[in-house]
Amino acid sequence: MKDILIMIILSGLVLFAVISVMIRSLVKAAIALAIASAFLAVMIFILGAWIAAVIELSVCAGMITVVFISSISLTIPLSKEEVAVEAKQRMSRFIYLPFILVLTLAAAIILWNSRLINFDFISALKGTQVNLDFSAQGSAIWDKRSIDILGQVIVLLSGAFGVVVLFKERNQK
Amino acid sequence: MQALFIIIPLLAVLILNLPFRKSYRRIAFYLAIVVTFFQIAMTLTSGFMLWINITDLFKFNFITQLSIDLFTLVVLFTIGLIAFVSLMVCRFSYKKDPFNFINLILIAMMGMNGIVMTRDIFTLYVFLEITAAASFILIAMDKGIEAFEGALKYLILSAVATIFILTAIALTYFSIQSLNFGDIGSYLKGLNGRYPPNITAAVILFLTGLSIKAGVVPFHGWLPDAYMSAPAPVSVFLAGIVTKVAGVYTLMRLTGEVFNNIPFISSVLMAFGALSIVIGALAAIGQSDFKRILAYSSISQIGYIILAAGIGTPLAFAGALIHFFNHASFKSLLFVNSAAVELQTGIRDINKLGGLAGRMPVTGGTSIVGFFSTMGMPPLAGFWSKLIIIVAAWASGYYIYSIIALLASVLTLAYFLILQRKVFFGKIAEGLENIKEANFGLSFPAILLAAISVLLGLVFPFIIYYFQANWLLKLVL
Amino acid sequence: MILDLNFLIFAAFLLLIVTGIYCLIATLNLIRLLIGLEILTKAVTLLLITSGFITGSIAIAQSMTITLIVIEVVVIVVACGIVIGVCNHNKNLDLKNLRKLKG
Repeated sequence: MKDILIMIILSGLVLFAVISVMIRSLVKAAIALAIASAFLAVMIFILGAWIAAVIELSVCAGMITVVFISSISLTIPLSKEEVAVEAKQRMSRFIYLPFILVLTLAAAIILWNSRLINFDFISALKGTQVNLDFSAQGSAIWDKRSIDILGQVIVLLSGAFGVVVLFKERNQK
Repeated sequence: MQALFIIIPLLAVLILNLPFRKSYRRIAFYLAIVVTFFQIAMTLTSGFMLWINITDLFKFNFITQLSIDLFTLVVLFTIGLIAFVSLMVCRFSYKKDPFNFINLILIAMMGMNGIVMTRDIFTLYVFLEITAAASFILIAMDKGIEAFEGALKYLILSAVATIFILTAIALTYFSIQSLNFGDIGSYLKGLNGRYPPNITAAVILFLTGLSIKAGVVPFHGWLPDAYMSAPAPVSVFLAGIVTKVAGVYTLMRLTGEVFNNIPFISSVLMAFGALSIVIGALAAIGQSDFKRILAYSSISQIGYIILAAGIGTPLAFAGALIHFFNHASFKSLLFVNSAAVELQTGIRDINKLGGLAGRMPVTGGTSIVGFFSTMGMPPLAGFWSKLIIIVAAWASGYYIYSIIALLASVLTLAYFLILQRKVFFGKIAEGLENIKEANFGLSFPAILLAAISVLLGLVFPFIIYYFQANWLLKLVL
Repeated sequence: MILDLNFLIFAAFLLLIVTGIYCLIATLNLIRLLIGLEILTKAVTLLLITSGFITGSIAIAQSMTITLIVIEVVVIVVACGIVIGVCNHNKNLDLKNLRKLKG
């Protein structure tokens, strides 16, 4: 039962990612990306990292979608004639993607079943009991990787400066 | 002491952006200069117990994850020096408000200090991204269309390189659950040549990602556009230190400590290095924009450092380290000169310039020092580092690479002679008769960097004799 | 077909990587470039969490993922700022118009 659930979630993830590439409207592509992020968040939760799942859901499926849609509305869309011309050329480029994906899936199945590449490094250690204890997972972030948290603070500072530099309109032209 | 390199710029950024910051804007430049002086002073006096006693007061949790050795110390000194030069160029030649520039330079300094001090793969990625994010914003600061295009190209390629590096980290995590350089290095050494497929894929992806960030041929597509379209002080900073720390330092550190000179990696690095030397030099000959020639010359010189890193012997590593510092000083010097020329004449096309040496004597003189140091003319500093690299290649049996490195010096001579003749000597171009010398703020960094090149070149034999090369090289490894 | 958990996740990772790279190569719209980068990041996040789950130390992998998400947000925001700046100059989002810098 759990295997079928995981298969549904992973195929939902890939399906919505492909939809967000192939669909013509940009707003619908951003929303498809948000749904794919939601599927990924559920997958991360099943694998046991529930703090990361919550952050992925709220940041990637929420904030990045808002950033995309606001930047789409701040830019100028194509006019009606250009849309019609571009639609035909566009489909001729993007139509190959499903075939390439099917080919990749077939190649992956063949590679996995044959003994060409030794995948022993994966099945050597199976996943152990998932530890949903907050203190164990929290201490890993705060005690062992504390310099990464300092790095996050600095990168957020630089992001703030990026917003000030790039988005603020100066009075003098 | 290690934490101070990150804490001091962080405090400076926070002070400059507190409330009531209108009054702090005026002291922003001086505060940043004080921070760079602190960095230079701390690296030069690193033996003093004073610094260790200060940081014992604050028991930061992450101090144990940062460490400094001689290689790190040299690079930290270079970062401080080039940041100082770049701040001077900004203050005296950038027409708009420099407040954002100063903050972003401090953030980039923090990122680069973190890169050189960490001994952990994932922390390396975090600080690489800090430096890259600050660089994108710095390139796009003028908001012209060329600047946006250069920044976007750099951004897309840097993001692809990040994806490669992260995939490599995840693949390594399957085999060994530690992210430390030492642990991964001893694990790879223990495998003794029989690598599982995930380790092979991880090593290849890691090298590809870092080569994209370093601007090594064939992944150099973003480099000339990004250097050329950035504003002048940003070009000085980027070419002088950012690309080198983000790409070349990490490649040298990883091949030294983690990959432990696997023969496949050494030969690939040497091939890429030789390719960069030749293609960078050939491409520079036909260009007509001042900064573009300097960008292709950077690709060529980085090729020398990568070639030396691939050879792997202690002598070659010393040559790479010294060439690292020399390239930072003479390339920044040349970019400062191009900033001075651009400020006074407003032209970057070398076909329209001419005969500026008579009108701008300081710029012309220091540019001669910079060109000769790049070409490897004695007694300047560039001669010694190129000599060590060529000798190390010959001594390890790679005669072909040694000859390629030697012949490429002739190509370097060719394009720099063209550049010098067209820009500084020859007839004065029309409309440029009453050009004055650039102001003192731009001349001072140029004179300082030229003096460093000359002094290092003159003093170098005594350094080798005094430290008895083995001792110095043993410290490095 | 094997319903092995490991195979499913690796197949999903490969498919996402191929989708992301195809999107980067084939698109002519600047914002779709950023969507391609986002899809690649999702693939890497999946691989990172999987490696943590399989080897049993999910905590360190989780902290790596959290840091990765924060950094990606900053990079995407800066990229959107640059794209909006390009659009203000060029008046459209076409990738073919970014040809000012040669070579």
